Amino acid sequence: MSDRIHVGTRKGLFTVERDGTGGWDVVDTAFLSDHVPMVLADPRNDTILAALAHGHFGGKLHRSTDNGSTWEECDAPAYPEREEGAEPDRDAFGREWPWKLGLIWELTAGGSDQPGVVWGGTIPGGLFKSDDGGTSWQMVLSLWEDPRRKEWFGGGYDYPGIHSVTVDPRDSNRLVLGVSCGGVWETLDGGMSWDLRADGMWAEYMPPDRKNDPTIQDPHRIARCDAHPDAMWVQHHNGVFRTTDGAKTWQEVKDVPPSNFGFAVAVHPEDPDTAWFVPAIDDEQRLPVDGKVVVTRTRDGGVSFDVLREGLPQHHAYDLVFRHAMDVDESGERLVFGSTTGSLWVSEDGGNSWITVSTHLPPVYCTRFVRR
Amino acid sequence: MPNIAFTTHLESHVDCPARSVPGNTVRAVLDSAFQGNERALAYVLDEQGALRHHMVIFVNGRAVKDREKLSDPVPDDAEVYVMQALSGG
Repeated sequence: MSDRIHVGTRKGLFTVERDGTGGWDVVDTAFLSDHVPMVLADPRNDTILAALAHGHFGGKLHRSTDNGSTWEECDAPAYPEREEGAEPDRDAFGREWPWKLGLIWELTAGGSDQPGVVWGGTIPGGLFKSDDGGTSWQMVLSLWEDPRRKEWFGGGYDYPGIHSVTVDPRDSNRLVLGVSCGGVWETLDGGMSWDLRADGMWAEYMPPDRKNDPTIQDPHRIARCDAHPDAMWVQHHNGVFRTTDGAKTWQEVKDVPPSNFGFAVAVHPEDPDTAWFVPAIDDEQRLPVDGKVVVTRTRDGGVSFDVLREGLPQHHAYDLVFRHAMDVDESGERLVFGSTTGSLWVSEDGGNSWITVSTHLPPVYCTRFVRR
Repeated sequence: MPNIAFTTHLESHVDCPARSVPGNTVRAVLDSAFQGNERALAYVLDEQGALRHHMVIFVNGRAVKDREKLSDPVPDDAEVYVMQALSGG
Protein backbone atom coordinates (compact mmCIF):
# COMPACT_ATOMS: atom_id res chain seq x y z
CA MET A 1 0.00 0.00 0.00
CA SER A 2 1.10 3.53 -0.65
CA ASP A 3 1.98 5.83 2.23
CA ARG A 4 2.79 8.90 0.16
CA ILE A 5 0.69 11.28 -1.92
CA HIS A 6 1.54 14.25 -4.10
CA VAL A 7 -1.07 16.99 -4.19
CA GLY A 8 -0.92 19.62 -6.93
CA THR A 9 -2.78 22.79 -6.03
CA ARG A 10 -3.38 26.35 -7.12
CA LYS A 11 -0.64 27.48 -4.76
CA GLY A 12 1.99 24.79 -4.83
CA LEU A 13 2.85 21.12 -4.58
CA PHE A 14 2.28 19.35 -1.28
CA THR A 15 3.56 15.97 -0.19
CA VAL A 16 1.40 14.06 2.26
CA GLU A 17 2.59 11.01 4.20
CA ARG A 18 1.13 8.46 6.54
CA ASP A 19 2.82 8.32 9.92
CA GLY A 20 3.33 5.27 12.09
CA THR A 21 0.06 5.75 13.94
CA GLY A 22 -2.17 5.92 10.88
CA GLY A 23 -2.38 9.70 10.62
CA TRP A 24 -1.77 11.57 7.38
CA ASP A 25 -0.17 15.00 7.18
CA VAL A 26 1.65 17.38 4.90
CA VAL A 27 5.39 16.73 5.21
CA ASP A 28 6.81 18.82 2.38
CA THR A 29 5.98 21.71 0.07
CA ALA A 30 7.39 22.91 -3.24
CA PHE A 31 6.61 25.69 -5.72
CA LEU A 32 4.60 27.60 -3.13
CA SER A 33 2.41 30.24 -4.77
CA ASP A 34 2.65 28.58 -8.22
CA HIS A 35 -0.15 26.66 -9.93
CA VAL A 36 0.65 22.93 -10.10
CA PRO A 37 -2.00 21.39 -12.35
CA MET A 38 -0.38 17.97 -12.70
CA VAL A 39 2.25 15.81 -11.02
CA LEU A 40 3.60 12.38 -11.92
CA ALA A 41 5.59 10.18 -9.55
CA ASP A 42 7.06 7.73 -12.04
CA PRO A 43 7.19 4.31 -10.36
CA ARG A 44 9.74 3.03 -12.90
CA ASN A 45 12.57 5.32 -11.87
CA ASP A 46 11.53 7.23 -8.72
CA THR A 47 11.46 10.57 -10.50
CA ILE A 48 8.77 13.17 -9.97
CA LEU A 49 7.57 15.45 -12.75
CA ALA A 50 5.66 18.56 -11.73
CA ALA A 51 3.82 20.69 -14.27
CA LEU A 52 3.58 24.37 -13.43
CA ALA A 53 1.22 26.91 -14.95
CA HIS A 54 2.55 30.40 -14.40
CA GLY A 55 -0.01 33.08 -15.04
CA HIS A 56 2.56 35.31 -16.70
CA PHE A 57 5.37 33.04 -17.79
CA GLY A 58 3.51 30.07 -19.32
CA GLY A 59 3.52 26.34 -18.71
CA LYS A 60 6.70 24.81 -17.30
CA LEU A 61 7.95 21.41 -16.25
CA HIS A 62 10.23 20.53 -13.34
CA ARG A 63 11.77 17.21 -12.34
CA SER A 64 13.14 15.79 -9.11
CA THR A 65 15.21 12.66 -8.77
CA ASP A 66 15.68 12.89 -5.01
CA ASN A 67 12.14 12.59 -3.70
CA GLY A 68 11.42 16.27 -4.09
CA SER A 69 14.40 17.63 -2.17
CA THR A 70 15.69 19.44 -5.26
CA TRP A 71 14.16 20.25 -8.63
CA GLU A 72 15.53 21.00 -12.08
CA GLU A 73 13.61 22.63 -14.89
CA CYS A 74 13.09 20.58 -18.07
CA ASP A 75 11.95 21.81 -21.44
CA ALA A 76 8.19 22.12 -21.52
CA PRO A 77 6.23 20.65 -24.42
CA ALA A 78 6.17 23.19 -27.27
CA TYR A 79 3.75 23.41 -30.16
CA PRO A 80 5.21 23.27 -33.67
CA GLU A 81 6.15 26.40 -35.51
CA ARG A 82 3.46 27.75 -37.80
CA GLU A 83 4.37 28.38 -41.41
CA GLU A 84 4.47 32.01 -42.44
CA GLY A 85 1.14 32.93 -44.03
CA ALA A 86 -0.56 29.64 -43.11
CA GLU A 87 -4.35 29.62 -43.04
CA PRO A 88 -5.71 30.09 -39.51
CA ASP A 89 -6.31 26.83 -37.68
CA ARG A 90 -9.84 26.96 -36.28
CA ASP A 91 -11.76 24.85 -33.80
CA ALA A 92 -15.36 23.64 -34.22
CA PHE A 93 -16.67 27.04 -33.09
CA GLY A 94 -14.55 28.91 -35.64
CA ARG A 95 -12.16 30.28 -33.09
CA GLU A 96 -8.52 30.45 -34.07
CA TRP A 97 -6.65 27.63 -32.42
CA PRO A 98 -3.45 28.88 -30.76
CA TRP A 99 -0.40 26.77 -31.49
CA LYS A 100 0.92 27.55 -28.05
CA LEU A 101 1.12 25.58 -24.84
CA GLY A 102 -1.64 26.66 -22.51
CA LEU A 103 -1.55 24.01 -19.81
CA ILE A 104 0.14 20.68 -19.15
CA TRP A 105 -3.01 18.84 -18.10
CA GLU A 106 -1.90 15.21 -17.97
CA LEU A 107 1.34 13.31 -17.40
CA THR A 108 1.39 9.54 -17.73
CA ALA A 109 4.28 7.10 -17.49
CA GLY A 110 4.82 4.87 -20.51
CA GLY A 111 4.82 1.11 -20.23
CA SER A 112 7.30 -0.84 -18.15
CA ASP A 113 9.14 -1.88 -21.32
CA GLN A 114 9.57 1.78 -22.32
CA PRO A 115 11.41 3.15 -19.29
CA GLY A 116 12.05 6.65 -20.61
CA VAL A 117 8.68 7.25 -22.17
CA VAL A 118 6.32 9.80 -20.66
CA TRP A 119 3.12 11.02 -22.30
CA GLY A 120 1.82 14.53 -21.85
CA GLY A 121 -1.65 15.85 -22.61
CA THR A 122 -2.11 19.57 -22.98
CA ILE A 123 -4.52 22.40 -23.62
CA PRO A 124 -5.03 23.29 -26.47
CA GLY A 125 -5.36 19.69 -27.59
CA GLY A 126 -1.79 18.51 -27.99
CA LEU A 127 -0.42 15.07 -27.21
CA PHE A 128 3.30 15.00 -26.50
CA LYS A 129 5.79 12.20 -25.99
CA SER A 130 9.10 12.24 -24.19
CA ASP A 131 11.61 9.43 -24.71
CA ASP A 132 13.97 10.70 -22.04
CA GLY A 133 11.92 10.98 -18.89
CA GLY A 134 10.68 14.48 -19.59
CA THR A 135 13.93 16.14 -20.62
CA SER A 136 12.63 16.82 -24.12
CA TRP A 137 9.25 16.46 -25.83
CA GLN A 138 7.93 15.84 -29.29
CA MET A 139 4.37 16.53 -30.36
CA VAL A 140 2.47 13.52 -31.71
CA LEU A 141 1.74 15.10 -35.07
CA SER A 142 -0.45 12.25 -36.32
CA LEU A 143 -3.18 13.31 -33.89
CA TRP A 144 -2.59 17.04 -34.24
CA GLU A 145 -2.84 16.80 -38.01
CA ASP A 146 -5.89 14.51 -37.97
CA PRO A 147 -8.69 16.52 -39.60
CA ARG A 148 -11.13 15.24 -36.99
CA ARG A 149 -9.30 17.39 -34.43
CA LYS A 150 -10.96 20.42 -36.00
CA GLU A 151 -14.27 19.17 -34.59
CA TRP A 152 -13.08 19.53 -31.02
CA PHE A 153 -14.03 22.45 -28.80
CA GLY A 154 -13.32 23.60 -25.29
CA GLY A 155 -15.11 22.22 -22.26
CA GLY A 156 -14.58 24.40 -19.21
CA TYR A 157 -11.49 25.95 -20.77
CA ASP A 158 -11.61 28.07 -23.93
CA TYR A 159 -9.83 25.40 -25.95
CA PRO A 160 -10.01 21.62 -25.96
CA GLY A 161 -7.57 19.58 -23.93
CA ILE A 162 -6.24 16.06 -23.50
CA HIS A 163 -6.71 15.20 -19.85
CA SER A 164 -6.50 11.40 -19.79
CA VAL A 165 -3.78 9.20 -21.25
CA THR A 166 -3.98 5.52 -20.33
CA VAL A 167 -1.39 2.96 -21.39
CA ASP A 168 -2.40 -0.67 -21.90
CA PRO A 169 -0.11 -2.69 -19.61
CA ARG A 170 -0.25 -5.60 -22.09
CA ASP A 171 1.08 -3.48 -24.95
CA SER A 172 2.74 -0.12 -24.38
CA ASN A 173 1.90 1.00 -27.91
CA ARG A 174 -1.81 0.89 -27.16
CA LEU A 175 -3.07 4.10 -25.62
CA VAL A 176 -6.53 5.42 -24.92
CA LEU A 177 -6.96 9.19 -24.60
CA GLY A 178 -9.75 11.34 -23.26
CA VAL A 179 -10.37 14.79 -24.75
CA SER A 180 -12.71 17.52 -23.49
CA CYS A 181 -14.48 18.01 -25.76
CA GLY A 182 -13.21 15.63 -28.35
CA GLY A 183 -14.17 12.08 -27.43
CA VAL A 184 -12.07 9.02 -26.73
CA TRP A 185 -9.15 8.13 -29.01
CA GLU A 186 -7.14 4.96 -29.32
CA THR A 187 -3.85 4.15 -30.97
CA LEU A 188 -2.60 0.60 -31.41
CA ASP A 189 0.75 1.59 -32.88
CA GLY A 190 2.31 3.97 -30.40
CA GLY A 191 0.66 7.05 -31.82
CA MET A 192 1.15 6.63 -35.54
CA SER A 193 -2.58 6.28 -36.25
CA TRP A 194 -5.76 6.92 -34.31
CA ASP A 195 -9.33 5.69 -34.05
CA LEU A 196 -12.26 7.36 -32.33
CA ARG A 197 -13.66 5.15 -29.58
CA ALA A 198 -16.71 6.90 -28.19
CA ASP A 199 -19.47 4.70 -29.59
CA GLY A 200 -22.29 4.54 -27.08
CA MET A 201 -21.63 7.93 -25.51
CA TRP A 202 -24.12 10.72 -26.02
CA ALA A 203 -24.04 14.45 -25.37
CA GLU A 204 -27.01 16.34 -24.01
CA TYR A 205 -25.28 19.66 -24.70
CA MET A 206 -25.50 19.18 -28.48
CA PRO A 207 -28.38 19.43 -30.96
CA PRO A 208 -30.24 16.13 -31.41
CA ASP A 209 -28.55 15.28 -34.71
CA ARG A 210 -25.10 15.63 -33.18
CA LYS A 211 -25.65 14.09 -29.77
CA ASN A 212 -24.10 10.72 -30.71
CA ASP A 213 -21.19 12.24 -32.63
CA PRO A 214 -18.06 10.65 -31.16
CA THR A 215 -15.84 13.65 -31.96
CA ILE A 216 -17.64 16.01 -29.57
CA GLN A 217 -18.16 13.81 -26.52
CA ASP A 218 -16.94 15.20 -23.22
CA PRO A 219 -15.42 12.43 -21.13
CA HIS A 220 -14.31 14.37 -18.07
CA ARG A 221 -11.92 11.62 -17.03
CA ILE A 222 -11.03 8.05 -18.08
CA ALA A 223 -9.83 5.47 -15.55
CA ARG A 224 -8.52 2.08 -16.67
CA CYS A 225 -8.27 -1.10 -14.61
CA ASP A 226 -4.63 -2.23 -14.34
CA ALA A 227 -5.39 -5.95 -14.16
CA HIS A 228 -8.17 -5.89 -16.76
CA PRO A 229 -7.16 -3.14 -19.18
CA ASP A 230 -10.18 -3.61 -21.45
CA ALA A 231 -12.28 -2.32 -18.56
CA MET A 232 -12.49 1.45 -18.31
CA TRP A 233 -14.79 3.89 -16.59
CA VAL A 234 -15.63 7.41 -17.68
CA GLN A 235 -17.17 10.27 -15.78
CA HIS A 236 -18.74 12.06 -18.73
CA HIS A 237 -20.30 15.51 -18.75
CA ASN A 238 -23.77 14.00 -18.68
CA GLY A 239 -23.33 10.63 -17.09
CA VAL A 240 -21.23 7.64 -16.20
CA PHE A 241 -20.09 5.25 -18.91
CA ARG A 242 -18.09 2.03 -18.85
CA THR A 243 -16.52 -0.29 -21.36
CA THR A 244 -15.47 -3.89 -20.98
CA ASP A 245 -14.23 -4.37 -24.52
CA GLY A 246 -11.30 -1.98 -24.68
CA ALA A 247 -13.37 1.09 -25.61
CA LYS A 248 -14.95 -0.45 -28.69
CA THR A 249 -18.35 0.20 -27.15
CA TRP A 250 -19.47 2.19 -24.13
CA GLN A 251 -22.51 1.55 -22.00
CA GLU A 252 -24.18 4.26 -19.97
CA VAL A 253 -24.56 3.44 -16.30
CA LYS A 254 -27.86 4.87 -15.17
CA ASP A 255 -29.46 5.63 -11.83
CA VAL A 256 -26.25 6.74 -10.15
CA PRO A 257 -27.08 8.22 -6.75
CA PRO A 258 -27.19 11.05 -5.78
CA SER A 259 -26.13 12.46 -9.17
CA ASN A 260 -24.45 11.27 -12.35
CA PHE A 261 -22.55 14.56 -12.79
CA GLY A 262 -18.97 15.01 -11.69
CA PHE A 263 -15.40 15.04 -12.87
CA ALA A 264 -13.29 12.49 -11.00
CA VAL A 265 -13.31 8.72 -11.37
CA ALA A 266 -11.04 5.99 -10.04
CA VAL A 267 -11.14 2.27 -10.75
CA HIS A 268 -9.88 -0.56 -8.56
CA PRO A 269 -6.51 -1.80 -9.87
CA GLU A 270 -7.56 -5.46 -9.68
CA ASP A 271 -11.37 -5.45 -9.80
CA PRO A 272 -12.83 -3.92 -12.96
CA ASP A 273 -16.30 -3.81 -11.43
CA THR A 274 -15.27 -1.49 -8.60
CA ALA A 275 -15.10 2.25 -9.31
CA TRP A 276 -15.46 5.47 -7.34
CA PHE A 277 -16.92 8.87 -8.27
CA VAL A 278 -17.40 12.19 -6.50
CA PRO A 279 -20.74 13.62 -7.62
CA ALA A 280 -21.89 17.22 -7.93
CA ILE A 281 -25.44 18.32 -8.63
CA ASP A 282 -25.23 19.05 -12.35
CA ASP A 283 -23.60 21.21 -15.00
CA GLU A 284 -25.28 24.38 -13.78
CA GLN A 285 -24.74 23.63 -10.08
CA ARG A 286 -21.25 22.34 -9.52
CA LEU A 287 -21.79 21.71 -5.85
CA PRO A 288 -22.31 18.63 -3.69
CA VAL A 289 -25.91 17.50 -3.58
CA ASP A 290 -27.61 19.01 -0.50
CA GLY A 291 -24.27 20.47 0.67
CA LYS A 292 -23.01 17.01 1.59
CA VAL A 293 -19.73 15.64 0.28
CA VAL A 294 -20.06 11.98 -0.69
CA VAL A 295 -18.19 9.40 -2.70
CA THR A 296 -20.17 7.04 -4.88
CA ARG A 297 -18.87 3.50 -5.25
CA THR A 298 -19.98 0.56 -7.29
CA ARG A 299 -18.65 -2.94 -6.71
CA ASP A 300 -20.78 -4.74 -9.25
CA GLY A 301 -20.00 -3.00 -12.49
CA GLY A 302 -22.55 -0.25 -12.04
CA VAL A 303 -25.59 -2.36 -11.17
CA SER A 304 -25.73 -0.75 -7.74
CA PHE A 305 -23.95 2.01 -5.85
CA ASP A 306 -22.97 2.79 -2.28
CA VAL A 307 -23.08 6.43 -1.23
CA LEU A 308 -20.16 6.78 1.16
CA ARG A 309 -20.16 9.64 3.62
CA GLU A 310 -18.48 8.52 6.88
CA GLY A 311 -15.87 11.12 7.77
CA LEU A 312 -16.93 13.54 5.03
CA PRO A 313 -18.64 16.88 5.76
CA GLN A 314 -22.41 16.62 5.71
CA HIS A 315 -23.42 20.18 6.59
CA HIS A 316 -23.09 23.16 4.24
CA ALA A 317 -20.12 21.74 2.37
CA TYR A 318 -19.50 23.16 -1.10
CA ASP A 319 -16.42 21.28 -2.22
CA LEU A 320 -16.04 20.47 -5.91
CA VAL A 321 -13.58 17.78 -6.94
CA PHE A 322 -11.73 18.29 -10.21
CA ARG A 323 -11.06 15.47 -12.68
CA HIS A 324 -7.50 14.71 -11.57
CA ALA A 325 -8.15 15.20 -7.87
CA MET A 326 -9.00 11.59 -6.91
CA ASP A 327 -6.66 8.60 -6.96
CA VAL A 328 -6.50 5.03 -5.74
CA ASP A 329 -3.34 3.25 -4.71
CA GLU A 330 -2.04 -0.08 -6.01
CA SER A 331 -3.90 -2.03 -3.31
CA GLY A 332 -7.31 -0.61 -4.13
CA GLU A 333 -7.84 0.01 -0.43
CA ARG A 334 -6.42 3.50 -0.12
CA LEU A 335 -8.03 6.43 -1.87
CA VAL A 336 -7.47 10.15 -1.78
CA PHE A 337 -9.38 13.12 -3.06
CA GLY A 338 -9.05 16.87 -2.73
CA SER A 339 -11.42 19.74 -3.43
CA THR A 340 -11.62 23.26 -4.73
CA THR A 341 -12.20 24.35 -1.15
CA GLY A 342 -8.81 23.01 -0.14
CA SER A 343 -9.97 19.93 1.67
CA LEU A 344 -8.12 16.64 1.39
CA TRP A 345 -9.42 13.25 2.50
CA VAL A 346 -7.87 9.79 2.59
CA SER A 347 -9.59 6.42 2.96
CA GLU A 348 -7.84 3.26 4.07
CA ASP A 349 -10.82 0.96 3.62
CA GLY A 350 -11.88 1.33 0.02
CA GLY A 351 -13.94 4.41 0.69
CA ASN A 352 -16.07 3.11 3.57
CA SER A 353 -14.67 5.84 5.83
CA TRP A 354 -12.55 8.93 5.32
CA ILE A 355 -9.82 10.68 7.27
CA THR A 356 -9.58 14.47 6.97
CA VAL A 357 -5.99 15.43 6.17
CA SER A 358 -6.64 19.15 5.77
CA THR A 359 -9.47 21.61 5.22
CA HIS A 360 -7.28 24.58 4.40
CA LEU A 361 -5.04 23.70 1.48
CA PRO A 362 -5.21 25.80 -1.68
CA PRO A 363 -7.73 24.57 -4.29
CA VAL A 364 -6.66 21.05 -5.25
CA TYR A 365 -6.02 20.25 -8.91
CA CYS A 366 -4.62 16.74 -8.69
CA THR A 367 -3.73 14.00 -6.24
CA ARG A 368 -1.46 11.08 -6.96
CA PHE A 369 -0.31 8.23 -4.78
CA VAL A 370 3.34 7.33 -5.06
CA ARG A 371 2.98 3.77 -6.30
CA ARG A 372 5.62 1.16 -5.77
CA MET B 1 23.75 49.97 -25.81
CA PRO B 2 20.18 49.75 -24.49
CA ASN B 3 19.66 48.92 -20.85
CA ILE B 4 17.23 46.10 -20.03
CA ALA B 5 15.66 45.24 -16.68
CA PHE B 6 13.10 42.67 -15.65
CA THR B 7 10.22 42.33 -13.22
CA THR B 8 11.46 40.95 -9.92
CA HIS B 9 8.87 38.19 -10.26
CA LEU B 10 10.78 36.86 -13.26
CA GLU B 11 14.05 37.05 -11.36
CA SER B 12 12.63 34.58 -8.86
CA HIS B 13 12.42 31.97 -11.66
CA VAL B 14 15.39 32.66 -13.95
CA ASP B 15 18.68 34.50 -13.81
CA CYS B 16 18.05 37.84 -15.48
CA PRO B 17 19.98 40.74 -13.91
CA ALA B 18 19.60 44.23 -15.36
CA ARG B 19 22.33 44.96 -17.87
CA SER B 20 23.33 46.70 -21.10
CA VAL B 21 22.96 44.56 -24.19
CA PRO B 22 23.23 45.18 -27.94
CA GLY B 23 20.20 45.25 -30.25
CA ASN B 24 18.13 47.72 -32.24
CA THR B 25 14.77 45.95 -32.00
CA VAL B 26 12.96 44.51 -28.98
CA ARG B 27 13.54 40.97 -30.22
CA ALA B 28 17.24 41.62 -30.79
CA VAL B 29 17.62 43.06 -27.30
CA LEU B 30 15.85 40.04 -25.77
CA ASP B 31 17.99 37.63 -27.78
CA SER B 32 21.09 39.36 -26.50
CA ALA B 33 19.87 39.34 -22.92
CA PHE B 34 19.01 35.64 -22.98
CA GLN B 35 21.78 34.45 -25.31
CA GLY B 36 22.44 30.78 -24.69
CA ASN B 37 19.47 30.43 -22.37
CA GLU B 38 16.44 29.68 -24.52
CA ARG B 39 14.57 28.24 -21.56
CA ALA B 40 14.76 31.58 -19.76
CA LEU B 41 13.65 33.44 -22.89
CA ALA B 42 10.61 31.15 -22.93
CA TYR B 43 9.39 32.83 -19.73
CA VAL B 44 8.90 36.03 -21.74
CA LEU B 45 8.09 34.72 -25.24
CA ASP B 46 5.93 31.76 -26.23
CA GLU B 47 7.02 29.02 -28.61
CA GLN B 48 5.91 31.07 -31.62
CA GLY B 49 8.16 33.93 -30.56
CA ALA B 50 5.32 36.22 -29.47
CA LEU B 51 5.24 38.13 -26.21
CA ARG B 52 3.32 36.11 -23.63
CA HIS B 53 -0.24 37.22 -23.13
CA HIS B 54 0.25 38.61 -19.65
CA MET B 55 3.64 40.21 -20.23
CA VAL B 56 4.40 43.71 -21.41
CA ILE B 57 7.60 45.41 -22.52
CA PHE B 58 8.26 49.13 -22.29
CA VAL B 59 10.83 50.98 -24.40
CA ASN B 60 11.53 54.44 -22.99
CA GLY B 61 8.25 54.33 -21.15
CA ARG B 62 6.09 53.24 -24.10
CA ALA B 63 4.56 49.77 -24.34
CA VAL B 64 5.72 47.93 -27.44
CA LYS B 65 3.15 47.68 -30.23
CA ASP B 66 4.31 44.58 -32.10
CA ARG B 67 3.71 41.76 -29.66
CA GLU B 68 4.05 39.06 -32.34
CA LYS B 69 7.41 39.80 -33.96
CA LEU B 70 8.75 42.33 -31.42
CA SER B 71 9.98 44.53 -34.22
CA ASP B 72 9.62 47.84 -32.39
CA PRO B 73 12.84 49.85 -32.76
CA VAL B 74 15.08 50.31 -29.74
CA PRO B 75 17.32 53.39 -29.68
CA ASP B 76 20.87 52.89 -28.56
CA ASP B 77 20.28 54.76 -25.31
CA ALA B 78 16.90 53.18 -24.55
CA GLU B 79 15.65 51.89 -21.24
CA VAL B 80 13.81 48.58 -21.78
CA TYR B 81 11.64 47.15 -19.03
CA VAL B 82 10.13 43.63 -19.16
CA MET B 83 7.14 43.69 -16.84
CA GLN B 84 4.04 41.73 -15.87
CA ALA B 85 0.80 43.00 -17.32
CA LEU B 86 -1.82 43.49 -14.65
CA SER B 87 -4.49 41.95 -16.82
CA GLY B 88 -4.49 38.64 -15.06
CA GLY B 89 -2.32 35.72 -14.28
